[in-house]
Amino acid sequence: MEVEKLENKECCGNDNMDTKIKSIKVKPVVRIPNLSLPFEQQSKDKSCCCGGGDACATEPITLYDKKDNWIVGEITTAAGVVPRVSAKLSFSDTLGAWKARWGVNRMNYKINPGLYAIGNPNSESPVLVTANYKLTFDALRKELNELDAWILVLDTKGINVWCAAGKGTFGTKELISRISKTRLNKIVTHKEIILPQLGAPGVCAHDVTKNTGFKVIYGTVRAKDIKEFIQSGMKATSEMRKVNFTVYDRLVLTPIELVATFKISLIIFGMLFLLNLIAAKPFGVVDFYAYVGALMIGCVLTPVLLPWIPGKAFAWKGWLLGLVWAIGVNVLNGWTVTPSYSLVRALGYMLVLPAVSSFYAMNFTGSSTYTSFSGVLKEMRIAVPAIAISISLGVVLILLNSFGNI
Amino acid sequence: MKHRYLKNVATLKLNTEKCMGCGKCLDVCPHNVFNMKNGKIEIIDKNGCMECGACAKNCPFNALEVKPGVGCAYAIIMGWLTGSEPSCDCSGDNSSGCC
Repeated sequence: MEVEKLENKECCGNDNMDTKIKSIKVKPVVRIPNLSLPFEQQSKDKSCCCGGGDACATEPITLYDKKDNWIVGEITTAAGVVPRVSAKLSFSDTLGAWKARWGVNRMNYKINPGLYAIGNPNSESPVLVTANYKLTFDALRKELNELDAWILVLDTKGINVWCAAGKGTFGTKELISRISKTRLNKIVTHKEIILPQLGAPGVCAHDVTKNTGFKVIYGTVRAKDIKEFIQSGMKATSEMRKVNFTVYDRLVLTPIELVATFKISLIIFGMLFLLNLIAAKPFGVVDFYAYVGALMIGCVLTPVLLPWIPGKAFAWKGWLLGLVWAIGVNVLNGWTVTPSYSLVRALGYMLVLPAVSSFYAMNFTGSSTYTSFSGVLKEMRIAVPAIAISISLGVVLILLNSFGNI
Repeated sequence: MKHRYLKNVATLKLNTEKCMGCGKCLDVCPHNVFNMKNGKIEIIDKNGCMECGACAKNCPFNALEVKPGVGCAYAIIMGWLTGSEPSCDCSGDNSSGCC
């Protein structure tokens, strides 16, 4: 679960907001009544300043830009105008998803919170709740073809449902205030909202009902099942309730793992370059591919092969594959028949490379769908010191070889 | 292939006496940890629990208890380094405070 930290930095709708910050940050909100649609970029940021409740009655339900190609019209409701969205993804949606997967503009890939319409909903149509990460919103709307529904988008600061729920931004408080801000009780006559199942860690269903009158129904884990869930009278099979972590699920998460290592890798290469200025035996192409290989094993190969690698701890799985790689590097360089470098250096690789893979594999726990805090803590108590010692010893050996020529 | 993580670590606890058998935890659990038996919930796969906290948060009778947390090594390292509670912050701060 990859999420962000901003609880105490924003003023709106946070469960854990620091009261000290609150007292400093509260300032008079200037309201501009009867501002007409569409709203352009400069007014978008005001959306969260609304304190909720009746004071907002004159504000639009959802701030949106008609120029966005996924907005295909408007629907007039008893409470005001609601934008209608397409159930088809365009090329720019697909491109945006790719960019987010590779870390480009990822933290700002979001839409305005509020209420949206899909198809031709009326006051009886179901209400689906989701996050304002565009990747999440797109994953939902593309499954809603030929369905008439309302989509209530919470302000999760551009984070997906599950991670935001863990963080509390997809939470009870935000849901209650968003229902009030969008004046949902005037738009639909029924009293039910459908939440994604993975929103449950952040939402206390009975508190939402107590505060809003709306009954929370937990839908399915995956958006692709939600249509069937609705059509079968809100019944989920146990398969629909279970989180998976398929090869594809894991593979799409690996680019961001790689991107996240660029900075630290550049620092390492920079240090090797500087050391080369004074080293007796400069670092070369072997060191480069040895490191890149260890990194790829930790960030890509271990995640992809995850369930098939023996053992349970991620750090162990990464170490195991890293060890195979370290042996491979030494064999590629002539060991043990005609070695092209000394035993000291070979041992150095055996200590450094598996530990590097192990570290990056351990970090994949955060992307996985099944690791517990207690479990990760347990594996780290052993893995972190072991990795640190192994890398330190290995680096000493390699430096001894580079500088002392032994 | 089924993913299994470390055994005997989950902090999940069930107080059967408080359970009224509403089945809300069955709806929210992403790993089929619970089962309904004779109108009461039982834990059938405690080692499958990832401590997301959904069951405890949604139990109307406070029959479930779990220490929710992020199962993320990076978050724990950052927690150690900054001396704070581990929290998911790998995606950075977009600092778009509006007020």
